[in-house]
Amino acid sequence: MSEKLVFDAPEIMIDRPTHYCPGCHHGVAHRLVGEVLTEMGLVDDTLCVGSIGCSVFIYNYLDVDAVEAPHGRAPAVATGLKRAHKDKFVFTYQGDGDLASIGLAEIVHAANRGEKISVVFVNNTVYGMTGGQMAPTTLEGQKTTTSPNGRSADEHGLAIRMSEIIGGLGGTAYCERVSLDSVKNIRRAKKALRKAFEMQVNGTGFGFVEMLSACPTNWKMDQIAANTRITEEMIPYFPLGVFKDVTKDGEE
Amino acid sequence: MSDTKRIFIKGNEAISRGALAAGCTCYFGYPITPQNDIPEFLSTEMATVDGEFVQAESEVAAANMLLGAAAGGARAMTTSSSPGVSLMQEAISYMAGSELPGVIVNVNRGGPGLGDIGSSQGDYFQSTRGGGHGDYRTLVLAPGTCQEGYDMMIEAFDLAFKYRNPVLVLADAIVGQMKEPVTPWEPKAADNHGAEDWRIDGAKGREKRLLKSLFLEDGALAGQNRNLQSKYEAMQAEARADVFECDDADLVVVAFGSIGRIVKSTVRRLRSEGKKVGLVRPLTLYPFPSEVLRDLAKKGKRFLTIEQNCGQMVDDVRLSVRGIADSEFHGHMPGDLPGSDDFLAPIIKHLED
Repeated sequence: MSEKLVFDAPEIMIDRPTHYCPGCHHGVAHRLVGEVLTEMGLVDDTLCVGSIGCSVFIYNYLDVDAVEAPHGRAPAVATGLKRAHKDKFVFTYQGDGDLASIGLAEIVHAANRGEKISVVFVNNTVYGMTGGQMAPTTLEGQKTTTSPNGRSADEHGLAIRMSEIIGGLGGTAYCERVSLDSVKNIRRAKKALRKAFEMQVNGTGFGFVEMLSACPTNWKMDQIAANTRITEEMIPYFPLGVFKDVTKDGEE
Repeated sequence: MSDTKRIFIKGNEAISRGALAAGCTCYFGYPITPQNDIPEFLSTEMATVDGEFVQAESEVAAANMLLGAAAGGARAMTTSSSPGVSLMQEAISYMAGSELPGVIVNVNRGGPGLGDIGSSQGDYFQSTRGGGHGDYRTLVLAPGTCQEGYDMMIEAFDLAFKYRNPVLVLADAIVGQMKEPVTPWEPKAADNHGAEDWRIDGAKGREKRLLKSLFLEDGALAGQNRNLQSKYEAMQAEARADVFECDDADLVVVAFGSIGRIVKSTVRRLRSEGKKVGLVRPLTLYPFPSEVLRDLAKKGKRFLTIEQNCGQMVDDVRLSVRGIADSEFHGHMPGDLPGSDDFLAPIIKHLED
């Protein structure tokens, strides 16, 4: 009996082992981005703006032109790049430390200006690359290397909900929070990416997709427990859904 | 130069018009005195060249927008004044590390801290030593007149692309705010020095490209630093200075920018009184015109460096003439506007020493 290939990665995905830890969701998120770019026929016109964190190496896995932005500055770099190449597809790929802490001004103002760019925001509630420090998205009580007794509302404040902020800005065209904890949610995440990317291609405006993701290594959990944590702890605090969609009345 | 007419404009407007003549298509900026005339002028004028104007949320963002446009191979610029330029150093370091061309104008004001909005040359060290983290240099041009403000913008864009490196135009509040006749001119078609071979514009029909400053593999960063150093070595050929009345001078005054121009008036007056004094006014601060000074030192000249700061360029003058001569220093404190009379006494003192 001959073998028949029933499932393969799109050509845009570079065939090499990733540096990500077992159970990390960056691989899933990269794959979704690659699939949507391929299905939309954007591969040859895509300019990727990487940022600082584990995902700085996204350029090792996606076969597209790329530039590396300083920590948190990807939306500003993407603004300049898109203004220079209005006919190209420009997206940033940023983690939560990058986007929600050091880069808060850049993401808020790029969205508010309505830059015609797309932002993939991977929220795993921790600084991954530097070894698991407290992030602006770290949940109350979550233990990290800089909050060893657990995040305290009194001392550190509560986790920032970015999609609620971005969805409330005038320049945002599309904003949705999705999760990568289950097949159903991953399918939904892909649809959200497509929707956000279409907003740029159609010239509608700024698209933002937040993906709740696992970091089993820094959470000190196995992969199953990490997925369960997303379902049981993250989603109740970071509710899934569309926070803004200018193409639909009344769904804001 | 063609038969274009002279116009009477501020230095900040001359800088803006020079950028447009150089083919600048992307401007990113943030308000700060005394450079506000530049973003105000370009907020409407960029549209006339089908260009982009973005008022950024901060100088941090403006400089990173510059980085992004530069990665796309656009002729892009940002402008600011001292405290704002401090905020831009992160992006400038990344641009140097990633070898991206861009033009940054600093209309230098008083410091440290919030300082004042008057003229100063206090950012000489920041400008000529890289300014941010890591071993890198930016080319630095120092206009002393409104016309030079215009001309040096054209030169700055060309150098940025020639070397794939950030270029800093270090003006100051005097150059930015004074009005003078300027003769606009259009350069020959802009030469992007092969930018289409490295810029990112979509990998259609070619290998993908990556513009980055992260080099983690064993030996990779050392290699990149060697590349950068050899580039900076090649840049030394761009050093230029205005050499005035130095042939028979006993004392050579070294001064740059607007202060160099004021000192020139002082030197002219002393010459009319028969005093043997000359002036070297560096037009490029990095690369520094060391050879010009060294040749003069070999002829037995003595040196006096005059700056509107507490002694910064004097270090480069001393390094230039080391082993042969030395330089005295006279500093005019930032926060006080000098006239040509202010430099008579220090020059005469050192001439007669």
